[in-house]
Amino acid sequence: MSVASQVHPEYNYKVVRQFAIMTVVWGIVGMTVGVFIAAQLYWPALNFDIPYLTFSRLRPLHTNAVIFAFGGCALFATSYYVVQRTSQARIFSDKLAAFTFWGWQAVIVSAAITLPLGLTSTKEYAELEWPIDILIALVWVAYIITFFGTIVVRKVSHIYVANWFFGAFMLTVAVLHIGNSMAIPVSFFKSYSIYAGAVDAMMQWWYGHNAVGFFLTAGFLGMMYYFVPKQAGRPVYSYRLSVVHFWALSALYIWAGPHHLHYTALPDWTQSLGMVMSVILFVPSWGGMINGIMTLSGAWHKLRTDPILRFLIVSLSFYGMSTFEGPMMAIKTVNALSHYTDWTIGHVHSGALGWVAMVSIGSIYHLIPVLFNKPAMYSIKWINVHFWLATIGVVLYIVAMWMSGVLQGLMWRAVNPDGTLTYSFVESLQASMPFYFVRFVGGLFVVAGMLLMAYNVYKTIRTPNEEFSNAPENSPQPQAA
Amino acid sequence: MSSFWSIWISVISLGTILGCYLILRWCLLNKTGVEEGDDMHHSFDGIIEINNPLPKWWTIMFYMTIIWGILYLILYPGLGNWKGLLGWKSSNQNVQSLQESKDAVLQSREEAKTALFGLGGVGVEYDRELQKAEERFAPIFNKYAEQPIEVLANDEEALKIGQRLFMQNCSQCHGSDARGQRGFPNLTDNDWLYGGTPEKIVETLVNGRTANMAAWLPSFGEKGVEEVVAYTLSLSGRQVDEDLKQAGKARFAVCSACHGPDGKGNQALGAPNLTDNIWLYGGSRDVVTETVNYGRAGVMPSFKNTLGEKKIHLVATYVYSLSKDK
Repeated sequence: MSVASQVHPEYNYKVVRQFAIMTVVWGIVGMTVGVFIAAQLYWPALNFDIPYLTFSRLRPLHTNAVIFAFGGCALFATSYYVVQRTSQARIFSDKLAAFTFWGWQAVIVSAAITLPLGLTSTKEYAELEWPIDILIALVWVAYIITFFGTIVVRKVSHIYVANWFFGAFMLTVAVLHIGNSMAIPVSFFKSYSIYAGAVDAMMQWWYGHNAVGFFLTAGFLGMMYYFVPKQAGRPVYSYRLSVVHFWALSALYIWAGPHHLHYTALPDWTQSLGMVMSVILFVPSWGGMINGIMTLSGAWHKLRTDPILRFLIVSLSFYGMSTFEGPMMAIKTVNALSHYTDWTIGHVHSGALGWVAMVSIGSIYHLIPVLFNKPAMYSIKWINVHFWLATIGVVLYIVAMWMSGVLQGLMWRAVNPDGTLTYSFVESLQASMPFYFVRFVGGLFVVAGMLLMAYNVYKTIRTPNEEFSNAPENSPQPQAA
Repeated sequence: MSSFWSIWISVISLGTILGCYLILRWCLLNKTGVEEGDDMHHSFDGIIEINNPLPKWWTIMFYMTIIWGILYLILYPGLGNWKGLLGWKSSNQNVQSLQESKDAVLQSREEAKTALFGLGGVGVEYDRELQKAEERFAPIFNKYAEQPIEVLANDEEALKIGQRLFMQNCSQCHGSDARGQRGFPNLTDNDWLYGGTPEKIVETLVNGRTANMAAWLPSFGEKGVEEVVAYTLSLSGRQVDEDLKQAGKARFAVCSACHGPDGKGNQALGAPNLTDNIWLYGGSRDVVTETVNYGRAGVMPSFKNTLGEKKIHLVATYVYSLSKDK
């Protein structure tokens, strides 16, 4: 039952294959840029005095590449795959699906060119200039039509929970992207936001936090709801839990943005609402984690032999950890310590590397053999090595950033007996240096794992089926048991 | 905000929380038509779902956060114009001047007294923090304020405090080592624009300074400026063209109104001494020409309202100590 059945002639796997391969490619690119700018923070000379290589220009390239290129391709691949298989229907339109693939790649390539050139709208995670924003909107509408069209022509009566999450992610991201990117162009490469002052800040973080809530959470929960039960070969733990946590998560996330603007010019009432909703949000977030992890009940032993399942379950643990940490950091008193420090960077990466990347990697390992009609991944042993590289990398990264962040927060607020600040900013920066090195090493681990993954995927696709007994471990993939 | 928006915000935010509560209740009732623990009778690509109950500890946690959220919104501002029972505010937003801010502080202290049904609320957080800091730190500054700067300049502790205040308020322009930068005077030498006695340093810090050197290109012309620059450079012993220098000397009469007949400056006006080879904006021929051509307008801000006189006393002590033995 756990075996993903063989290629179904009715389904469009071409677009899924394309997005799955690009997930690996953009993952390597985005994370390598991340490691490079992490190195720049430790060795500032690494920008070589070349404007295109400065931290300020490469940092948005890194965030856009990992969120929208790596994460985006993973979401496209899995949502197209899942919606077809759980609806038992071929994708609504092959042409529109192909347009979303090529359109999305065009968006990514434009980002990779314009961001190093310094062309930016300056809005975090929405840096791309207006012509690219319009292309994104077009691709996204095509995506929504393709996905919901497939739901409409489905051959089963119910809509599977994974598709609720994929659907919520798509619709909300459309609203967020169009709402936040409203701008007046002054030239082909420059535009100004139509919002001003505190309203602009609020729009930005309404978008920014829901990029986290819907792009990086709801979408990946959709992924989780298919690949965890599939890989574990177990039923989903609780249908009713998925109903509550889906609706509560969707309703609450949209309010959480103001917690990025605590103690700013944002009105007090807005800050309070953002904080209250963020704290309640903790519970439905954990609902998703519980439902995923409990799906494994009765199959815990599979974790010993199946590194793909390990990726998926550890990703849920990181999800639970980040969604406890996030609401806590949204509390004003905690935020007074954590805001503007590396703690935030640590929190983001425990979500991005621990949850988003690991659940995507697990899903792609599950997908590749099915999509390319292979008995299994070329090497299960390498998947296991990748799992440990990723886990060690993430732990090094987030622990370093927690320590650095709390240290910065404490140093910034320390006062002398006369009320003056004990430390200057540069002293806190100096204190963070060892942690910046550890973070860089953690990043190296993660990228090394991705390179191994790429080679494993390459070997899987290139090795003829009959030679799979020559694979290093000479054993069939556990899921195929 | 208008009452429409206030009601709108209250309805949708309480509606969101209430909606979460209702869906939780509804799911607890098990209206699925399937026995608890059974599967849901539908399968998606081989995946089935079990109708397991919601974990009890999780449900309790959900209730607790909802109750906490509503309590918070009763006590604190959040629901539109509702100010919250505690009368809490982060700061007095919308004030436009220091005077307005001071008035608002007094007013909100009055308001806080009647908050929470007359029991007394918490008031403005920023104001409370300032008050707390004042109670803690004022005695230290009061103690130093009684001693003259000349005496304090030998007090290690006082100098440390002065240096910290300098680092946070002055180093942005004058540098961490107080040696200044282009346009911002070096405070460690004994060359003073407005005077280096403790009284004068305090005066500079309290009131700020606005320097103004006029632009001379319009009246001197390019040739005239070249001459005056030649003469000016010669004042600090630089080799210049003798003819230009003599012509410039005649023109310098205008300059001497501020810089003095011998070019030694005038501290009453903040006009720099031109004979000591210390240059505020740079001493190259090009830069001096630029200065004469277009003039300069240096500004040192007043710190009376930001630091207050007692802290200024210690900053002045530190600045005074830097050059008192030179």
